[in-house]
Amino acid sequence: MSRVKTLQSLFKRYRRPGDIVFAWVLLIISVFLLSQLFEQTAYKPRGKLFAQPRFWPAVSLMGMAGFAAFHLLGSALSERIEGRWREVWTWIAALEYAGWFIAYAALVPLGGYLPTTLVFALALTLRAGYRSARMLIAAGACAVIIVLLFKTLLRVNLPAGRIYELLPDGLRPFMLTYF
Amino acid sequence: MENLLAGAEMLARWDVLVALLVGSIGGVIIGAIPGVGPAVAIAILLPATFSLDPIVGLTMLLGIYGSSMYGGAIPAILINTPGTAVNALTSYDGYPMTQAGEGHRALSLAYSASFWGGIFGIGCLILLSPVLALIAPMFGSREIFLAAFLGILLVILAHRGQIFAAGFLAMFGIFLQTVGLDAVTYTQRYTFGFSFLSSGINLIVVVLGLFALSQAFFLLTAPDSSPDAKPVTGKLTAGFKELLKHKRVATVSSSFGVLLGMIPGTGEFTAQFMSYTYAQKTSAKPDDFGKGSPEGLIASEAANNAVPAAAMIPLLALGIPGEALTAMMLSVFYIHNVIPGPQLFQNQIDLVYGLYFALILLNVIVMVFLLFSTNLLTKIIRVPTRFLGVVILILSFVGVYSLRNSLTDCMISAGFGVLGLILKRLNLPIVPIILGMVLGGIMEVKLRSALPRLKTPLDMIDRPISFILFVIILLVVALHIRTLVREFRAHQPEEDHDMHDSQTR
Repeated sequence: MSRVKTLQSLFKRYRRPGDIVFAWVLLIISVFLLSQLFEQTAYKPRGKLFAQPRFWPAVSLMGMAGFAAFHLLGSALSERIEGRWREVWTWIAALEYAGWFIAYAALVPLGGYLPTTLVFALALTLRAGYRSARMLIAAGACAVIIVLLFKTLLRVNLPAGRIYELLPDGLRPFMLTYF
Repeated sequence: MENLLAGAEMLARWDVLVALLVGSIGGVIIGAIPGVGPAVAIAILLPATFSLDPIVGLTMLLGIYGSSMYGGAIPAILINTPGTAVNALTSYDGYPMTQAGEGHRALSLAYSASFWGGIFGIGCLILLSPVLALIAPMFGSREIFLAAFLGILLVILAHRGQIFAAGFLAMFGIFLQTVGLDAVTYTQRYTFGFSFLSSGINLIVVVLGLFALSQAFFLLTAPDSSPDAKPVTGKLTAGFKELLKHKRVATVSSSFGVLLGMIPGTGEFTAQFMSYTYAQKTSAKPDDFGKGSPEGLIASEAANNAVPAAAMIPLLALGIPGEALTAMMLSVFYIHNVIPGPQLFQNQIDLVYGLYFALILLNVIVMVFLLFSTNLLTKIIRVPTRFLGVVILILSFVGVYSLRNSLTDCMISAGFGVLGLILKRLNLPIVPIILGMVLGGIMEVKLRSALPRLKTPLDMIDRPISFILFVIILLVVALHIRTLVREFRAHQPEEDHDMHDSQTR
């Protein structure tokens, strides 16, 4: 019993709710990746061990699996904290915003940088719960400033929107280049 | 002397000065807004600087890096919320001073101590340069491999109480950099047949996901809040006089900052804790610490501001970044084909001196700016947090998409954003992933290039520097084990590991 207690105090540590779920996920991913080592990396018969293309993936994955196992052990031996699944739900909820980001990135080449950014900023501000005209104006202004700074001024490498092709001849090249 | 002049000449260009001005003032503002740290700002601006001259891009990023901690002191002192992670200890003594109606005194002391630390750090850097130029060429592949290994080891061990998680994340970083086509043997590694993985996982895409996007997700999923800092009245120059009464604390703390800044993997946080502990132990009024002690405030601010200059030492001399921000800067060097390392001190010493001067200038600019605009900054930091999340999300797009106009990059980055959010919410560190990626790449390349000269494993440490590094590695491990055993025997109470919060912003 005392040995078990010693082991427990050795691995007990500070943590937050949801830690054990994350620890399990880490371990599963590490073991899965490690199981793919022979299929996903090559071994050159006459090469030295340290120069093998398999060497560093093997070292890092074994390290990952080992550390993940100890992390899980530490989590399992510490007392349970309430709110585990509520925390996991927050992680899942973040996927919504990842989706917003990807949708924004997918729409820029079609809708043009300026219009898409403007619409996106306003929509996301509404989604974030702001309803006042002041916040919406601020969001719009931020969007325009960001476009002016990065695309117009710094000429950062961003695609021109296909929607600009519909514009009249005089305006089209201007919008394609600067917005 | 010629090199010094050439370095100064590099800065005497309007675009460099504008970049420095924008970087340093922008850095103060970014540092002052709780929720956006220098890492987020540098990650977003990184791709935009690729099209600029190396010195222009680097001075801008350096400006943000060096000045954000000045700004971070403002909310730490006025509203008990550190603006950047490394200002956490500043709030211990700064906020009680504000509560006692001494907000302006605390701010003024923090600025003076930061300036002292900043200039002290640069002074050491300049004095050490000739020594570095002498030692750096002694670093061959073996030595750089061992130094990178030491960096990985230290970044893991520095996360006390979270070593397994930090170890996992560092190993994950090393693994990430192996994905793709191996450049030497032309074999695929962990691409699972996906063509987009053949070119590997881009460091900047990961950095933007882990630092910028995760912060946006973090702010957007958390309840909205708006920091409310009250303006301060009084002369902000008064702190200099008071600082002079605590010269010893300021200098020793700055020295801790320099020393720990030079060692990869440790950085501002350890420096701050050590100087704070030192200041408390040697103070005539140790009981005042945590209740508004000026010495505590000075120790914390002087230490963290001495770090940026010192962190440039391993970066410039060996090409080894000590923490996430210098790791990001390393990619700017590479993009411009300026390879930091021993040869930089031999071939491009003017650039090195140019960066030193930029650091001095930025400290002066920031100091002057803060003396006149602190109250303006107290208004700026009132941006509601969710709105900040919206802005960071829009800005992150520029960073990720402008790299190579790839939607896949955006998806990968969004994935890392979610991972970063989970790590932040669990209070686990992000930095080991980035350092694992950068240092893992360095270790693989250097070990390979050292192999032809190694007949036996002992050849790895048969040169003086490599032997010293090897001994340091053994010492670090031995000391860590000793501490663990002692703590275990003493049954010490659980530490407050919220301190690692610093690593994630």
